[in-house]
Amino acid sequence: MSVFGKDREAFCKFSESMALPEFHGCSFNSPKPLPDAKVAIVTTAALHREDGGFELGDSDYHYESLPCDARDLKLGHHSVNFDRGGFAADINVVYPIDRLYELVEGGVIGEVAQQHYSFAGNQSDGVTEIRLDSGPQCAQEMLNEDVDVVLLTGT
Amino acid sequence: MCPRTVCTLAHVFEAAGLATIVLTPMRPVAERMGVPRALYTDFPLGRSLGKPRDQQFQSEVLRAAFELLKETEGPIIRDFPVTVSSDDSETLQCPLPPRFNAELHPAVDEAKALRAAYDRARQASGKTSLGMRITAEEVPNALEKFVKIASGEHWENFEFSAESIYGTVHDIRCYYEELACELVKGPIGPWATEEWFYDQTQAGDIILRARRAMRDSEVAQSVWFGLAPAGRS
Repeated sequence: MSVFGKDREAFCKFSESMALPEFHGCSFNSPKPLPDAKVAIVTTAALHREDGGFELGDSDYHYESLPCDARDLKLGHHSVNFDRGGFAADINVVYPIDRLYELVEGGVIGEVAQQHYSFAGNQSDGVTEIRLDSGPQCAQEMLNEDVDVVLLTGT
Repeated sequence: MCPRTVCTLAHVFEAAGLATIVLTPMRPVAERMGVPRALYTDFPLGRSLGKPRDQQFQSEVLRAAFELLKETEGPIIRDFPVTVSSDDSETLQCPLPPRFNAELHPAVDEAKALRAAYDRARQASGKTSLGMRITAEEVPNALEKFVKIASGEHWENFEFSAESIYGTVHDIRCYYEELACELVKGPIGPWATEEWFYDQTQAGDIILRARRAMRDSEVAQSVWFGLAPAGRS
């Protein structure tokens, strides 16, 4: 038996059969021109600082704020079934904060947000809590900071 | 699961008025959930930007993602043209220390000898994911417990709960994988540090032995299964 996270066939089968919530319709916003836009990262890698963290299981739907200058981040996604070596070597492979600053210097994007955000990827099957509670709350924080574009990454 | 949560948040944020881009390694999930914009990245789980320590590659992924913002209608999913496969990973060439104290179990001796490398790794990166249950100082003592479990002692003799034994192995693995990334300055391939830990180190070996001992003595699967990736024996 091969290791699950390395087994592409098992991985594809799993992704095709995963229980998913339904969304009726799809909002689609066009932001201001990218060279003028402020960009935030939201990751579901459960990144957190020393004084934060996420509970085991699928009931922790809170999010953590990550100041843009924070690099002392822990990978809260603790599953043994994914490759943690990438993050250990380079946080940008999960949370590309340094790459965003380079894109600002290159004129590709306008600005990097002051705050970025992290959720636990492991949520209840219905994902009700992040749909109705913490997700909208996080969106409002970003709107309050005049964020235009959100880049979403997981693990 | 991360891909489902990421796609859910994309819908929520877009409904609030933000423009979103999802990087996803699971195309079927993004398709079925109809996310506004997704870049399908055929990379191993845990590597959203594909390659650690490869600034140019990561920038190319981001530029491809931001290109999606030029589209005026969605949902839209585009494929990033380069694949990163777990099968392409090269074995990590990470040196291990020679035996120093023959009175200690090899795994304990090894962990003690690697402490300086872990400290350098932490100082260099400014981060560590160790700390779910134990500190770096406690790694050798934790391994002593797994030596005893591997030799037949009952896991509950060591004040472990199902959660704490899982968290302890998490921390031991973090200790090793983080120091490996300090000792190896070049690329770190997919799963390379996991394979190095379980296949080459004394610590990984003793954890696998302890896991098998627990399995063979009919300890509940929920206790021992998560001490190594599914599929390892």
